[in-house]
Amino acid sequence: MPLIDIENVRRSFGSTRALAGASLVIERGEIVALMGANGAGKSTLVKILSGVQAADSGSIRMNGQACAPQTPAQAAARGVVTVHQSTDLVGIPDLTVADALLLNHFVDGRQPFFLTARSVRRTAADILREAGFDLPLERRFSELGPADRQLVAIARALSMKAQLLILDEPTASLSTEEASRLYQTVLGLKARGISVLYISHRTADIAALADRAVVLRGGKDVAAFTRPINFNAAIEAMIGRPLNAARPQARAALGPVVLELRAVQLHRGTARFDLQVREGEVVAITGVLGAGKSRLLSALFGTHHFAGGQAFLDGRAYAPRNPAEALAAGVVMAAEDRHRSSLMPRDWPGETIAATISLPHLPRWYPRGLMFSGRETQEANKAIARLGIKAQSPHQSIWALSGGNQQKVVLARWEAEPSRLLLLDEPFQGVDVGARQDIIAAIRADRSRTTLIATSDAEEALEVADRVLVMENHSLRPEHQSDAPAPLEEHA
Amino acid sequence: MSEISQSQAVPAPYHRSTADVVKDIIRRGAVFLLLGALFILFTAAQPAFLTVNNLMSVLQAVSVVAIIGAGVTVTLAIGGFDLSVGAVAASSVMAASYAMIVLGLSAWQTVPLVLTFGALVGLVNAFLIVKLKVPDLLATLATMFLLTGLQLIPTAGRSISVGLILPNGTTATGKYDPLFLLIGRSSLFGTVPLPVVLMAVVAVALYVLTEHTRFGRLLFATGGNEIATRLAGGNTARIRTIAYVLSGTLAALGGIIVAARVGRGDVSSGASLLMDSVAASLIGFAVLSLKRPNVLGTTVGAVFVGVLLNGLTMLNAPYYTQDFIKGVVLVGALALTYGFSRART
Repeated sequence: MPLIDIENVRRSFGSTRALAGASLVIERGEIVALMGANGAGKSTLVKILSGVQAADSGSIRMNGQACAPQTPAQAAARGVVTVHQSTDLVGIPDLTVADALLLNHFVDGRQPFFLTARSVRRTAADILREAGFDLPLERRFSELGPADRQLVAIARALSMKAQLLILDEPTASLSTEEASRLYQTVLGLKARGISVLYISHRTADIAALADRAVVLRGGKDVAAFTRPINFNAAIEAMIGRPLNAARPQARAALGPVVLELRAVQLHRGTARFDLQVREGEVVAITGVLGAGKSRLLSALFGTHHFAGGQAFLDGRAYAPRNPAEALAAGVVMAAEDRHRSSLMPRDWPGETIAATISLPHLPRWYPRGLMFSGRETQEANKAIARLGIKAQSPHQSIWALSGGNQQKVVLARWEAEPSRLLLLDEPFQGVDVGARQDIIAAIRADRSRTTLIATSDAEEALEVADRVLVMENHSLRPEHQSDAPAPLEEHA
Repeated sequence: MSEISQSQAVPAPYHRSTADVVKDIIRRGAVFLLLGALFILFTAAQPAFLTVNNLMSVLQAVSVVAIIGAGVTVTLAIGGFDLSVGAVAASSVMAASYAMIVLGLSAWQTVPLVLTFGALVGLVNAFLIVKLKVPDLLATLATMFLLTGLQLIPTAGRSISVGLILPNGTTATGKYDPLFLLIGRSSLFGTVPLPVVLMAVVAVALYVLTEHTRFGRLLFATGGNEIATRLAGGNTARIRTIAYVLSGTLAALGGIIVAARVGRGDVSSGASLLMDSVAASLIGFAVLSLKRPNVLGTTVGAVFVGVLLNGLTMLNAPYYTQDFIKGVVLVGALALTYGFSRART
């Protein structure tokens, strides 16, 4: 009898079907990798398993018994524990590691009301011994690196007698060395009969760990692969068409060099690197979280500055002091996390599609300051038609749109006026597969400028770019060609 | 206000039933409907309520609050809050009186001087908030204290009227310029008091500025998401500075009107101006169910409170119930804004 047997689970949000009949079986002591493009339904499935959301229909059985946890606490009581990607929420910055380990003991009353440093330490040490890790108990939680925080989260999950551990992108912020330590930990769990549902974009992780990989697409499980996993087939199943079609044809006939970086240094003490990007070219920079991709883009946009080296735009020295100067030079950026970086809050002036697009262009579109003409409405109508934004009118709130359509609006903002260099930081965050195709087509269609994209997802990078570069430790690695399979194997 | 929430992909419904449309009208027009109801009620109980003279006296009574409230609204729009407006208005009363009675200046000199004083206080606020990064509430609270104390120093704590004895023992020789007094005491065409005209001008000008100009869009953009505004090339430091300067200047204008009506520099003038203008701005959130600062709403909010107080006074409600009534209106308006309009269409 399998540990978990999910059958035909469905879940919709409004008109969006996140899960359309997904099934998944996990045996005891098995490591199952869950693969899928953004919007394929991975996170919804995890949320249903861990009690954050309920399924609309379908059955979940655990050890043969029906199981429908209503809250994360109920799921944990049944032995399903999730370790989330953002592990900074695991502990409280000013408290110690021991406190972080005992946090749920404090909450559920397993610890006595009055605490002594000794009793806390002893229980925390017990938890660590049971998990088989070594962590500095007296250190402040805020001083722990992401890898150790992950261990805290896993140790805590084990202390809750977890039978199924869900790891959501656990290696996203880890170095290669830390990741291989995590592999050992996960394989150790497997040896103790604990099942692991492993969600990751990285083929390296999945190749090292998974007994089986299940691929979700459009809210359904479309394929399963057993060890050794055929990743080309798995990725083809993820994107729903042959891999060759997913990679753009390498385009020759490029224009002049638009952006040139010479011996640039992102931070003091990090390695220097060069970069040349030509007109009409789309270049993607990939690498793990914290590798310095965002830093490079924000230095080009004037919100940070290079520690050394020189940048040239169309042959002229380029060193913007702030975004306004970058914009004046024709450099535009859609920063990561559009909610924070691009959108106005709900019910606030400027929340409409038209106003979202027009914000940087107001001086040009309304030179006299008064906003009575319909310029922004016209521009928004053009964008809606061109990018296929699913909206009823340009004056609709941006918050009524899906993530993919929101991202199209943000892209439309920066395409509304001609630019020399378009910077996109994680442009496919929370974007469904369909919208992603439209956005990729739009990015590639405009050859009058240069596009630089930062994405931690190598698969996305290959899909959108003419050239894929890898960033590591705040420096660009020497170039790969996008038609070589190497980056996919190492970093996909 | 600046919280950004995650949204699910729920498309808005295409068709709305008649009941929904009626509900929407009631929700958006609640303040106007209530205002209409008050008019009917007060006129039925006391026919003298609905006379041009009485209505003008209501508007005159609220004009200062509405003008200062418009400034507060601008600071709310940038996501800040100007707590110093009451103190700016009060010290403007003192400054105007001092300028004329002690320094012997004319109305033509006094008015620009006092407006400049208000603008300078706004600059100080902006310096604290934008350059030194002091949180808005704390910075303006500090300037409020500063001004409340500062206005007492030149006269050693005395109110300023003709024949004031200065701290050095001499007697002030100046007097209020009659032209200055006209600001508070004259009427357009003999019916519309000048303060009401000023209120209307400020309301219309700031309404257009905030809702129909590029600058207004940037004001709200700064308040809604400062990071996004900066990344879109906006100079948010300058925008925030202008907002505080506007607020300080309008508060000084309010002070000038008070001084011109009272004709003396009373140390206790303007005690309730801060609370009243903030209340008007917050009541304004409920107008048209906008749930955000808006100049039109602030003006309507001030008028609403004025009508209610005037009517109740005519019905012999004692003066000491006034603050209580204002409180009830504010609580009601906020409940209406946030509680009953939660269902989104």
